[in-house]
Amino acid sequence: MNDQPFFRFDWVIDNLDEIARRLGEHLVMTGIAVGVGLLISFALALLVRRVRPLYGPTIAVTGALYSIPSLALFALLMPITGLSLLTAEIALVSYTLLILVRNIVAALDGVPAEVLDAAAAMGFGPVERLWRVELPIALPVIVAGVRIATVTTIGLVTVTSLIGLGGLGYLIVNTGINRFFATSIYTGVALSVALAVLADVGLEGLQRRLTPWAQARTG
Amino acid sequence: MTSPGRAGGAVVTFEHVTKRYGPPGTPPAVEDLSLTIPAGEICVLVGPSGCGKTTTMRMINRLVEPTSGRITIDGQDVRDLPAVELRRGIGYVIQQVGLFPHLTVGENVAIVPRLLRWSEPRVGERVEELLELVGLDPGEFRARYPASLSGGERQRVGVARALAADPPVMLMDEPFGAVDPILRDRLQNELLRLQAKVGKTIVFVTHDVDEAIKMADRVAILRRGGILAQFDTPEAILAAPASSFVEHFVGADRGLKRLSLAKVRDLQLIEPLTVRVGEPRAELRRRMEIDGIGYALLVDAANRPLGWVNRDELTVEGALSEEEATPGAPLLQPETTLRDALSALLGSSVQLGVVTDERDRVLGLLSVDAISDVLRNDGTWPRP
Amino acid sequence: MEFLGEVAAWFSDPASWEGRNSIPLRLWEHVSLSATALALGVLIALPIGLAIGHSGRGARSVVAVTNTGRAIPSLGWLGMVLPITLVLFERGGLGFLPALIALVALAIPPIVTNTYAGLREVDRELIDAARGMGMSERRILAAVEVPIALPVILAGIRSSAVQVVATATLAAVVAGGTLGDFILQGIFVRDLPRVFGAALMVAALALATEGLFALLQRLATPPGLQGSAAVARPS
Repeated sequence: MNDQPFFRFDWVIDNLDEIARRLGEHLVMTGIAVGVGLLISFALALLVRRVRPLYGPTIAVTGALYSIPSLALFALLMPITGLSLLTAEIALVSYTLLILVRNIVAALDGVPAEVLDAAAAMGFGPVERLWRVELPIALPVIVAGVRIATVTTIGLVTVTSLIGLGGLGYLIVNTGINRFFATSIYTGVALSVALAVLADVGLEGLQRRLTPWAQARTG
Repeated sequence: MTSPGRAGGAVVTFEHVTKRYGPPGTPPAVEDLSLTIPAGEICVLVGPSGCGKTTTMRMINRLVEPTSGRITIDGQDVRDLPAVELRRGIGYVIQQVGLFPHLTVGENVAIVPRLLRWSEPRVGERVEELLELVGLDPGEFRARYPASLSGGERQRVGVARALAADPPVMLMDEPFGAVDPILRDRLQNELLRLQAKVGKTIVFVTHDVDEAIKMADRVAILRRGGILAQFDTPEAILAAPASSFVEHFVGADRGLKRLSLAKVRDLQLIEPLTVRVGEPRAELRRRMEIDGIGYALLVDAANRPLGWVNRDELTVEGALSEEEATPGAPLLQPETTLRDALSALLGSSVQLGVVTDERDRVLGLLSVDAISDVLRNDGTWPRP
Repeated sequence: MEFLGEVAAWFSDPASWEGRNSIPLRLWEHVSLSATALALGVLIALPIGLAIGHSGRGARSVVAVTNTGRAIPSLGWLGMVLPITLVLFERGGLGFLPALIALVALAIPPIVTNTYAGLREVDRELIDAARGMGMSERRILAAVEVPIALPVILAGIRSSAVQVVATATLAAVVAGGTLGDFILQGIFVRDLPRVFGAALMVAALALATEGLFALLQRLATPPGLQGSAAVARPS
């Protein structure tokens, strides 16, 4: 970092495939974490809505998990699952749980009572009602939660490089900090930020497309 | 009001129905209720809060299950069918309407027909038909979302949705409670006109005695605990209350309440002098002087009222313009009760109200004097 | 289960408590780094938050900056600061300094955002009345706005503290020591008991920080004022 120019564009050009590979790893890890997190959170949310007393304890547990710094959580899982993708994903999924469970429960609770009443009166069974009425109405809030969870996860995936996995964190730490190579560091950070911004904007666009009815206002 | 026994509705009976929330010994919400609602009639359940009227209504479509007793529709016990299936054959309208915000107006109305697996073409036709029926232009409203509708429009969509699968029974729980009195009057009138066409059995819940008297073919007055105090036609209840509770509930102004039984259309309307924009003023003034008329009604091309023109202000030459008319005469409809009409006229401190049809076209004028005459004649006003 | 025995052994081994790689030293590094960073963060962020919250001006740009700050992962901050400190301070630019700067940068956004939001929520009429009574702007801020906005401001500081303590774990990446160093060393030499033991301490420290600040928040909040806590970002 001393006699070289601070940022070497030529390195970036030369190593596009490596950068792309790390970006891809990052996307995959994020995708798995948010996807699995969403499924589990969804199941938990439905459970908690049926058995209300479970809500407090569930939030307490997921909240406690959320407070544990990522590197520490990876470390705590290591005796069980070793230095593997599984360790990382278990931890990453855990971080999404607090955000998503709270979010999905709030979203479903937000369906107006009179709509539920009307649905029951029109002859919707409970499953149909969930699928055709509650979920579509809750969707905007749920997508907003997924946005937060995704952006958070993108940031957390960088830490997985410390336990031997790839992702953009690899560019930041392994080829960056550990080799005193600024270009790699900044490339990694820049891409990580860009990814987060794109994901946020993209999901917001998705949210808007999925819910044309939420844009309507009284004329 | 509709004639009873029309083919469009079903007979609903309650046989010793009791609903108790809690272990035996708790005071029941509804106690040993027995009544028969003839087909094609509007039966209004009315009473003070806590009288179980909404609970009673909701037992018909099993949103609440009775603790004991039996409810039948056209002789069939409502428990014979799975609840979900039963409800698809009963229309349901509530105060906040409960339109699905994520579906368009057309899709909302189409819900039950689609649940019943009607063919798409048939569903489409039915949606058009119903929107027209409730006075909403299908072309304009079909693709709109509930969030962009006014309160009155939402209520209308709610009614259309409830009628979609042509159910023989409709349940309505304070459907017009959340709108302003003027709109409520219009919506009530529209429902009455609708009922004249479709003849369903409608079970209508309200806490408003005047609404009950206006809308009902038969009224069921309930006391706390769902005890039936009286079940009879509005006239009978007003003429001969069964108990001091009923007397008290209906209110001390029973004479005035009778005005709710009669409607504007029952009276002879006055033919107004109508004039159009552009008519020469001098000419008009002369006509009015000859006929001894002080005010003329300015109407537009479609015969809708714009306001009153005062003869004394027609001093200048030239043609009539829109600004000269003073608007503000209360607009009444043929189905408006005399009581509401009197309220409106007295409230605006005018002698005459303009009566319009469902397209707002002028039908005639109604005077306060005509209504007072009805008050004077004890119970001998004309009945349809 | 014997693994837990090994972990206990690491804790009880006297060697773990002496020298330059000892538990007390790392713990001290962790706590002092976090505390310093939080203090500096509050020192910088609070005045900014109070200024834009009170006047309402400049909010858009400040909020935009803090929001972009939020998009940068914690590891990213550490990574970005290091080359700069190395260029500026050479060998002195390794270890405590870059870690501190990165942590301060992380600490600022929650405090600014919460302080701003908390002040904005104060009823405008109250402030107007105070102004009408002849209070100076500074007085209004101190005597009216801050007391009312206190729960939200404290929630921001708490959120910041939790984030700082958590990210301090990663300081080891820039040779900043702290408990995270045990974890990284342990991974490198495959000493799992050390990794696990250190992780337990980090988790305990994080939860303790959360708890401590929650308590402080509750103590410092006048009774009857509800606070909304901003959720901390994990790191």
